[in-house]
Amino acid sequence: MLSRSNLLKLLSAFFVFGAWEVAGRIPVSFAFPTFLESMTALSILIWDGTLFTAYGETLRPLVVGILISGFLGIGIGLFIGLNRKLDWLVSPIFVVMQTAPLAALIPLLVMAYGIGLTSKVFVVCIMAMPVIALNTGGAVRNTPASIKEMGLSFLGTRSDIVLKIVLPAASPVIFAGLRLGISAGFIGAILAELKITPTGVGDIITYSRSIADYPSMYAAIFSIIVLAVVFLNLLEKLERILFGGLNRGYASE
Amino acid sequence: MSETKQISENAVEVRNVFKNYGDVEALRDLTLQFPKGQLTSLLGPSGCGKTTLLKIIAGLIPATSGEVLVNGKPVTGPGPDRAFVFQDFALLPWATVLRNVAFGLELRGVPKPQREEIAVKYIKDVGLSGFEQSYPHELSGGMRQRVGLARALSVDAQVLLMDEPFSAVDEQTRRKFQEDLLSLVQNENKTFLFVTHSIEEAVYVSDQIAILLPRPSRVSEIIRPTGFRNKDKDSIRRDAEYLDIVDKIWASLRTYVE
Repeated sequence: MLSRSNLLKLLSAFFVFGAWEVAGRIPVSFAFPTFLESMTALSILIWDGTLFTAYGETLRPLVVGILISGFLGIGIGLFIGLNRKLDWLVSPIFVVMQTAPLAALIPLLVMAYGIGLTSKVFVVCIMAMPVIALNTGGAVRNTPASIKEMGLSFLGTRSDIVLKIVLPAASPVIFAGLRLGISAGFIGAILAELKITPTGVGDIITYSRSIADYPSMYAAIFSIIVLAVVFLNLLEKLERILFGGLNRGYASE
Repeated sequence: MSETKQISENAVEVRNVFKNYGDVEALRDLTLQFPKGQLTSLLGPSGCGKTTLLKIIAGLIPATSGEVLVNGKPVTGPGPDRAFVFQDFALLPWATVLRNVAFGLELRGVPKPQREEIAVKYIKDVGLSGFEQSYPHELSGGMRQRVGLARALSVDAQVLLMDEPFSAVDEQTRRKFQEDLLSLVQNENKTFLFVTHSIEEAVYVSDQIAILLPRPSRVSEIIRPTGFRNKDKDSIRRDAEYLDIVDKIWASLRTYVE
């Protein structure tokens, strides 16, 4: 039996895809394929292995960039949150990174780091790291003063207080930042492939657009969205395993 | 000789403590003794520095000048001889009652089986048996403060610092807490420092009441109720001395209440 929430998810997917199908059949634009055409193109891409080779290419900067952003972002965020001076010093850099028009800056990155993996990892990091670091910093700074005082008064060391009080208290907002950062990282990975050199999924998008094979283009875009959703769900599971979100009543579902 | 006797009689001594926050003078030249094995209340209107004084004694904030002695040793920071009960309970929302009560011992590096054994005993003592695996958000305010109290008792400190511990619980629970506190003072050989803004509460539970007046904070008076301390818990609130002291304190405090 389907649970109520799963049923609602299915229903919502049905409406979105239905609207897509209808819009494709009207058609709103000859460059906008129907849902079924796109899914056919997707199964062809999967069947002949094109999609897997493409993801082999795309996932490299994405995974490397997200790992760097995750660890470095949470680490830097922790220091930002614990130290007011560091906050003033470092936070503006992230705010600039977050608000800068990245697409316009990509040529600079290419000039500095070439067209290889490094530049693409940079793009993913610039997209993903600020929100992770800033969220972590904010969450750490807003740990309730009284539970930190409690830790001190019961003789906790500095590392006790950070590991047993500050991090668990901040974990919901840190994970919210990770979710936002990782979504941004996915966008960054595709942006890098569209703007730097067409490889992987970015190549499928660029190539099929250039030959007017719109179903394949939308199939590629669809696949990256699916991957991002699956990844974010896994992250939520990880959060629940690590911090028992349900017991604190904040995790969804 | 008389000096050593003095030290052994007082669990906590505050000597000429000043505390300034920038230009604001929170405490001025405050000197106060807390006799061993007794409950001393710090009573005064809000903003008179009661909590500041308690946190200085706890070693959570430093005094600008002056010294605090606990069992004759100067305070330089938090120590194993003191345990704190917080006004807002300060429980870890993600931890069970058992882990919260054992948390003080966890921070002291006591191995898990031992600290949980001790915690279970104190959870029973404060009347929360059966709630070991509950989370704080599943408990009422009164029960949460019992968790806070059990945590403070389980580290077995000689001095218990209580910062308005009953102000966030409802009136009936509060009365029950006050009665329980009287038994606790009698049965446990500990010294209690109790911050409150309730005159009745202070007179009901205290062996000694220090009245603090604000701006800058200073001890204006020390009152030691004598007549009703050994009486039955139920008859204290009808005792003539109890009522007289409550009236007297109100008379001296009313001018400071806006």
